[in-house]
Amino acid sequence: MISRLYILPKIKDSREKIYMASWRALGIKGKVSSVQILDSYTIDSDLEDADLQKIGRLFSNPNIEEFFLNELPSKIKFKNAIEIGFLPGVTDNIGNTALETLYDFFQVDKNTNWKVYTSKIFLIKGSLTKIDLEKIVFSLHNPLIESSAIINNGSLSIKVPKVILETKELVKKVSLKVSDEELEKIGKEGILDENGRRGPLALDLDSMKVIQKYFFELGRDPTDIEIESLAQTWSEHCKHTIFANPIDEITDGLYRTYIKGSTKIIRQKKGKEDFCVSVFSDNSGAIDFDDEYLITHKVETHNSPSALDPFGGAITGIGGVNRDAIGFGKGAKPIANTFGFCVGNPNDTRSLYKGKNKTQKMLPTKRILDGVVKGINVGGNCSGIPTVSGFIKYEDRYRGKPLVFAGTIGIIPKKINGKNSYEKEAQVDDYVVMVGGRVGADGIHGATFSSVTMDSNSPATAVQIGDPITQKKLSDALVKEARDMDLYNSITDNGAGGLSCSVAEMAKECGGAEVHIEKIPLKYEGLTPWEIWISESQERMTLAVPKKKWEVFKKLMDSRGVEATIIGEFNNSGKCIVYNNDKKIMDISMDFLHDGLPEKDLKTTYIQKIYKEPQLPKNSNRTKLFEKLVGELNIGSFAYISEQYDHEVQSSSVLKPISGEGRINTDAQVLKPLLNSKKGAVVSSSLYPFYGDISTYDMSACAIDTAIRNIICAGGDLNTLALLDNFCWCSSNEEFRLGQLKDAVKACYDYSIGYNTPFISGKDSMFNDFKGYDENENSIKISIPPTLLISAISVTNDISKTISPEFKEAGDCIYLLGDTDQELGASEYYRMLANEAKDIELIGNNVPKVDWKKNSLIYNLVQSAISKELLSSAISIHSGGLAIALAKSCVGGMIGAKISLKDFYGNAVSPDEKIFSESQGRILVSIDPKKAKIFEKHFSNISCKKIGNVSKDKKVVVLETNNKKFIDTDIVKLKKAYHRFSNTQ
Amino acid sequence: MKKQIVKNKRKTKKPNIIVLSGYGLNCEEETKFAFELAGGVAQIVHINDLVVKPTLLDTCDILAFPGGFSFGDDTGSGKAFANKIRNHLSLELHEFLSRDTLCIGICNGFQILTNLGILSGALTHNSGGRYIDRWVDLKVTGKSPWLKGIKNISLPIAHGEGKYIVDTKTYKNLKKSNQVAFVYEKGPICKFQNLDLNPNGAMYNIAGVLSKNGRVLGMMPHPERNIFFHQSPLWQKEKEILKRKGKSTAKLSNLNGDSLKIFKNAIEYFTK
Repeated sequence: MISRLYILPKIKDSREKIYMASWRALGIKGKVSSVQILDSYTIDSDLEDADLQKIGRLFSNPNIEEFFLNELPSKIKFKNAIEIGFLPGVTDNIGNTALETLYDFFQVDKNTNWKVYTSKIFLIKGSLTKIDLEKIVFSLHNPLIESSAIINNGSLSIKVPKVILETKELVKKVSLKVSDEELEKIGKEGILDENGRRGPLALDLDSMKVIQKYFFELGRDPTDIEIESLAQTWSEHCKHTIFANPIDEITDGLYRTYIKGSTKIIRQKKGKEDFCVSVFSDNSGAIDFDDEYLITHKVETHNSPSALDPFGGAITGIGGVNRDAIGFGKGAKPIANTFGFCVGNPNDTRSLYKGKNKTQKMLPTKRILDGVVKGINVGGNCSGIPTVSGFIKYEDRYRGKPLVFAGTIGIIPKKINGKNSYEKEAQVDDYVVMVGGRVGADGIHGATFSSVTMDSNSPATAVQIGDPITQKKLSDALVKEARDMDLYNSITDNGAGGLSCSVAEMAKECGGAEVHIEKIPLKYEGLTPWEIWISESQERMTLAVPKKKWEVFKKLMDSRGVEATIIGEFNNSGKCIVYNNDKKIMDISMDFLHDGLPEKDLKTTYIQKIYKEPQLPKNSNRTKLFEKLVGELNIGSFAYISEQYDHEVQSSSVLKPISGEGRINTDAQVLKPLLNSKKGAVVSSSLYPFYGDISTYDMSACAIDTAIRNIICAGGDLNTLALLDNFCWCSSNEEFRLGQLKDAVKACYDYSIGYNTPFISGKDSMFNDFKGYDENENSIKISIPPTLLISAISVTNDISKTISPEFKEAGDCIYLLGDTDQELGASEYYRMLANEAKDIELIGNNVPKVDWKKNSLIYNLVQSAISKELLSSAISIHSGGLAIALAKSCVGGMIGAKISLKDFYGNAVSPDEKIFSESQGRILVSIDPKKAKIFEKHFSNISCKKIGNVSKDKKVVVLETNNKKFIDTDIVKLKKAYHRFSNTQ
Repeated sequence: MKKQIVKNKRKTKKPNIIVLSGYGLNCEEETKFAFELAGGVAQIVHINDLVVKPTLLDTCDILAFPGGFSFGDDTGSGKAFANKIRNHLSLELHEFLSRDTLCIGICNGFQILTNLGILSGALTHNSGGRYIDRWVDLKVTGKSPWLKGIKNISLPIAHGEGKYIVDTKTYKNLKKSNQVAFVYEKGPICKFQNLDLNPNGAMYNIAGVLSKNGRVLGMMPHPERNIFFHQSPLWQKEKEILKRKGKSTAKLSNLNGDSLKIFKNAIEYFTK
């Protein structure tokens, strides 16, 4: 029986105002006079009305809400209404909680086949046309995951989004005795079904031929699950083939040679001082925190799903990387999240379509931005993990495919029950146990999807929605209890490729596994074995549980509301075998599964493009330009994001994402993960995608240098600093793009060795291209600029030494450390001028170069100065140069400054060069004048120049060499410019 | 068999504290830490373990509902967790509160206590429609063992549904019987960062309320997040002042924040 509960607010609903405001932008201004929002629960059960009335009381708070069963009261009159619900099979978290509440209230068995579906109903008053309502509907929902209904006759009807899957052939034999052409097609578009191709396997012809040969030699046709499984394990997403394959003269590939290679050299060089504990081998990388603990870090990208469903993409991104902490070693506790978004310009109103004839419209950038911001909000906040660190970059070329970065830092004792916590090994005869959420059709072909360009064939099922509470229960039960009770031998995350990858990966530890697919708990009936095997349904971990510990483990999980199921056994058969009931449906040797992927020689070409040098404005007053630069999207505040993320949960906050009186965003954040220790973790990140247009080598070098410098400025330690890389590239089948990649990775090698800062973890995403149509129906390809995000983490011995970036006291002396050179290529200043001139080629060529020898000296001295408490503030100079560092220091402290451009170190000559150059290795500091003498002595061996003083008068003045005012403004104007975008979000 | 209800508070040197956990509550560790720093003995107890063994409450002096996102705020913040307690622990909780004990609900814990009807009023979506993490300044207006000797305090908030709603009649009664624990006011943090005093549109600027006997405190701000000096947005500025006065900054990392007093008050209710 289907019943429905409507929950109505009795008081003024804050949400109404917000929705009304958001609809104003739709061009229906003044047409909506009021809106009322009802929450609806559609209940499929055998409960009587009297019981349903009781449920109404469970779902409403009588102080502020009232409920109605099946019908709205006569006092509510409306003509137009919009209902937004979920499509069948899409995770409905509220519905799931409601169902759990029912089970608990009526004390019935969880297998009772009741269902609860939620939806939101907007009763809208006003004179609205059908087109107006359609505009509102589009703004309210994402048709890939949500259903919508427009009601214009004043009466609501009930639709139940129950999943009904048609009966399909359970396991299909796939003949590979076909032409190369067909073989290629299978690899590209998927196995042929009754209803067409199943979707991308992302296997090229070479790979398909190897698979063909393998099964030919076995003398049988493969099953669909075997092919799908190979496609997952061999996907670019899982195997990182571009980084692994030989490239030009680098026979060992970029990853082994440059990334892993540099870490190996650094660790050897450090000897006893080596602080790396687990690098590149586990779900996260880990370094020493103190004698008893390790900290882990991992940063992931979740780009392709975020383009289609930004909220779902981002929330599963953060949830997924949380599991990289939980899945590290025996399970690390997540202690901080990081985020990063690269998106188009939010004011851009041009439309993009995946399909011809204006079909498959992409979401506008503003929707994407709002969606990804909200995804991290819900994912991070609900999990009780502080989201401490983040960034946003805006650039036109991200409008087809946005980038979403999500990182998680974890902490774990080095020894648990006398064993090294960072080592794990599934043992022969251990149960294969799946823990957490159930399996549905969500996320099928996620791994293969993210390994190709996004176009009209991109599968909608690749999108998933996260359920942070299921994961929180899972995380707490494992990391806070089962781990310390020694109840499992190994653990890993179910991420890309789902069980097919997690089981195969763990089976390596003991030499084989056998899984019974029919034992896997499902969200709904009707899934075929291959779908179950590769589904990327979220919130699941795979564990190796010794048989004798199963009972205790199962009991613990039950008592924590966490589902745990034995789905197979680990063995040493050398094979990965899957049964459906008693029928063997997959039987592939571990060797072939993991190492069968053919090597491919990659070739690169690299041609340096020459850009035009811009004409500088003739007059010598730069006040207006300076104020404008402060308000540029890539420079200004994103406080509105930082403050909607809980960055103080776990009570570990030391240096927050927002600092000072003027609330500036900090470049590094400090947290104290152990409440009874004074040690801290310092985190930062950096990226310069715009430099990559000129030189990807320098782009990498600058990102590394800046990530390190940000940490040093906050009080971090160069000797315990580790790096993480996230390469997001485009068109990685083109030699030019591979040439850019090779240069970028080479710089990672050179500079990590230079700074003695090892890489401990990394990830890549190689095909961030959009192929589709613009609003004039012209075919269009938009490739992101090659993007390398460098994240850094370091351990500080005493968090009380932490320094915030803003100026503190009037009269303090301001010093510039480091050399300022003529390095304005692709700088924020040049890019702003190029935008004004409407010529994107006008970005110059002098991109900053990094001298690590010189900079190391500076960083070591700053570090010791901070430990001696010599500094009052320190800010890293990066995008926007000295100008922006000065503006942020002033706005942060809400205090003025007067500086002179006289006698700078470095080859910068003109005032523009001095103030806007983005030369690396520079730090702007302020000090108590009483400490000037000892400070100057401390820095006597490096370029250290007193450039001015902090001033009481709230004015920000920059004098040219001849003492003429080059910039003359005040902090009120600067603060307004700095927060302009954020304040209007 | 009806259990005997102990009317007088336990005299003890080390009061027993239970901090609840489970289903998405997430501030239990730092809340436990704050109570222990204040001199208590605290244990984290999963709600399902308490359901199985409600006698744990018999020896408990202070019960804390910590902050978090129980059931992801699905069906309304605090509702689903409150339903769980109502279904399984109604009587036991009533007995606990009838004894001379203390109870605190922080953020999500406060939302749970209002849903249970233990505290008056309700909490709903912030006026700004968005989750917000920032600091607020509070004026103590209630009478309670929790609040002894505190006049003003600054604390962080982090919530999406923190707007306190109460009808006029109830408000008058709350006010009359000193049950409005805190109101938001313009204090040092608001002045420092130029922030609105009321972060969520709460009626009458109410940030926390008390039970009639003053022993149950519910509050949206997080006292467990201001137990150290370095947690305040003002600490960098204050550190600079200390440095210039020639004072040592060596022990700053262990210097306590203002809200430890709230936890100490609770402990001293039993020890003194």
